[in-house]
Amino acid sequence: MVKWKDKKEFWISGGKLADPAAGKIRSGSVLVQKGLITEIQWQKKVETDLPVLDVEGRLLAPGFIDIHTHLREPGDEDKETIASGTAAAMAGGYTSILCMANTDPVVDDPSVVEYIIRRAEAAGNCRVYVTGAVTKGIKGDHISEFFHLKKAGIVALSDDGKYIDNSRVMRTALEYAGMLGLPVIAHCEDTYLTDESQMNESYVSTRLGLKGAHTASEEIAVARDIRLAELTGAHLHIAHVSAAGSLGLIKAAKEKGIRVTAEASPHHLTLDESMLETYDRNLKVNPPLRGSADISALRSALKDGTIDCIATDHAPHTDIDKQVEFDFAPPGMTGLETAFAQLHTELVITGELELIDLIRMMTTGPADVIGLPGGRLQEGEPADLVLIDPGEEWVYKKEIIRSKACNSPLVGKKFTGRVQGVFLEGRWRSAVS
Amino acid sequence: MIDRCAEGGNRKVQFNRKDLLGLEELSAEHIKLILDTGDNFKEVLGRKIKKVPALRGVTIANVFYEPSTRTRMSFELAEKRLSADIINFSKATSSVKKGETLRDTLENIKAMKVDIVVMRHASSGAHKFASEFLDASIVNAGDGRHAHPTQALLDMMTLREHWGTFVGKKVTIIGDILHSRVARSNIWGLTKMGAKVTVCGPPTMMPVEIEKLGEGGIKLEYDIRKAIEGADAINILRIQLERQKSVLFPSSREYFEVFGTSSEVLKAAPDHCLVMHPGPINRGVEISQEVADGDRSVILPQVTNGVAVRMAVLFLIAGGKVEDEKIS
Repeated sequence: MVKWKDKKEFWISGGKLADPAAGKIRSGSVLVQKGLITEIQWQKKVETDLPVLDVEGRLLAPGFIDIHTHLREPGDEDKETIASGTAAAMAGGYTSILCMANTDPVVDDPSVVEYIIRRAEAAGNCRVYVTGAVTKGIKGDHISEFFHLKKAGIVALSDDGKYIDNSRVMRTALEYAGMLGLPVIAHCEDTYLTDESQMNESYVSTRLGLKGAHTASEEIAVARDIRLAELTGAHLHIAHVSAAGSLGLIKAAKEKGIRVTAEASPHHLTLDESMLETYDRNLKVNPPLRGSADISALRSALKDGTIDCIATDHAPHTDIDKQVEFDFAPPGMTGLETAFAQLHTELVITGELELIDLIRMMTTGPADVIGLPGGRLQEGEPADLVLIDPGEEWVYKKEIIRSKACNSPLVGKKFTGRVQGVFLEGRWRSAVS
Repeated sequence: MIDRCAEGGNRKVQFNRKDLLGLEELSAEHIKLILDTGDNFKEVLGRKIKKVPALRGVTIANVFYEPSTRTRMSFELAEKRLSADIINFSKATSSVKKGETLRDTLENIKAMKVDIVVMRHASSGAHKFASEFLDASIVNAGDGRHAHPTQALLDMMTLREHWGTFVGKKVTIIGDILHSRVARSNIWGLTKMGAKVTVCGPPTMMPVEIEKLGEGGIKLEYDIRKAIEGADAINILRIQLERQKSVLFPSSREYFEVFGTSSEVLKAAPDHCLVMHPGPINRGVEISQEVADGDRSVILPQVTNGVAVRMAVLFLIAGGKVEDEKIS
């Protein structure tokens, strides 16, 4: 039906181009040859004999990069598989993702890294980068073989889902990871303070009778890890920052020249703890949804550079997992398929954030944090691109979900701005069936 | 509004609620209606034949996921006095991993065509979850730290018997407010009816921003003598030693010294101040022997009223299914 898509050479023309590195959105055209961007012309129309894909009214940007995805495979294939998770990623405009290490078995052995890479290749969807576990079995006591894991292909280390309680272990991990140039992604949570907590500690938790986790539990952990990053000189990346106090610590650390970066999730930027009054288990996440003061601090931090990138913390769970009492439901919500639309609707349409800044936070931002290729509009680079219709209104319905899981509180929500699909090395993959 | 309600005593006022999950979502009129109906049923309990046919043909399942003696016996007696058919299910569970899920158990009960499910569960919000898929009425017999509406209603019924009104009355709730569903439900119920509430307990057992809870908020006071000054009633909560996973106070002996209600402490309250306790009591921990058995204590009348008010709740919840005159 669409003839251009199988052509090895074609122009994408007639729409706007987002160049996040330059911070600009302008009319432009891109020439794709053999999977690479070979020419960029900053004009709406091009004179050419080659096939032209007309993207009038739409926006072409470097493909999104998510550095915080739980693919669940191996071990929890009922929740998500590498194939379904990467399909969900592409539907959300992502061309590269970094998967987390808390699978079963944990990514603490080169064989698991190789397995994930092989399965990702077989799935043939977006690029998959792998995180290795900081400690064996994510148990927090014995660091895993970073060198062997790196040789097998990991690009970062994380015990995400768990905080490394033992400060000596964290120091050792940072020192050793620093030697190998691997960033350590920290899940910051003082677990003595958050013990069995179900949500943020506030008037809402008092009212609902759910055990609360005070923001101090995150801030204390962030403070410790920043101090250890300073001590070791290693690169510390703080996952899913949710508390205003953490942002102050990160900002001060950056000003001091400590190698610390940080990410914010779409849900912590847009969803408020007061929504929990329905006891909707799909709103249970860790760290928990916070109050309006934390949300606005997080939004400001997107603009002032304290937050380096958006990362979804896409955490699929089955209906069976979530159809239980609130206390027993595992934390986590999916996010790959809604991240852009949700943030575009809540932050860009409302005038709080420039579209190019949102795109930067989902492209060059995450690429720079981990040191991944992509995220830039550049001649000679692979044609990993996302095509967006910024004006399209659509409803996120259960039937269109590509992830195996549908544990999202956003099901049924109307968004403005839709990812139409991605080009992976120039090959078109539609997000709209 | 409350006063207008008081005059009617008209049982034709529709309760029109499917479930009783908490007092937060009830209006003052509805609370008033339950208490009035409770008064009527209390009269029934004083008769020689203590049974009415009001819920004949109505099936009630008592589903208890947490150990309970008093509340369960009280509900069961209330159901029997109303001539309902009863089935019981009880299972102490602390984990989803053990056996059948809550949903599956309730789906089975649903398949048995039960009309009302009376449930107690250790997880806050469990009843809200159940109401998502259960078409039977749900009566909350306690969920986690969240709500225990029938306990608050029986406390209020007891107070109203002595006072006639709640307006301008002061109630002090003493103890572990953090873990207490009794406190939360009492705060909502009492403030909606116009009473003033003060809470008192160690800061380690005080949930954040507790002052905002209830209609118009409440007072927080750490000094027990100041807290009960001018109180028309005090409600002493059980120190749940079994729930103390982490140590929130150094010892029972120290707790009694600082927050326990002894005759000596009670001198700070007016002579007419009533003493309540939801039970079971820990003599010598939160309440002294003398106070528990003293002449201001309404602890046993509370138990009697528990049966009457639960009859009222079940009767009103069954609303559309029974005819009003059956009460007599």
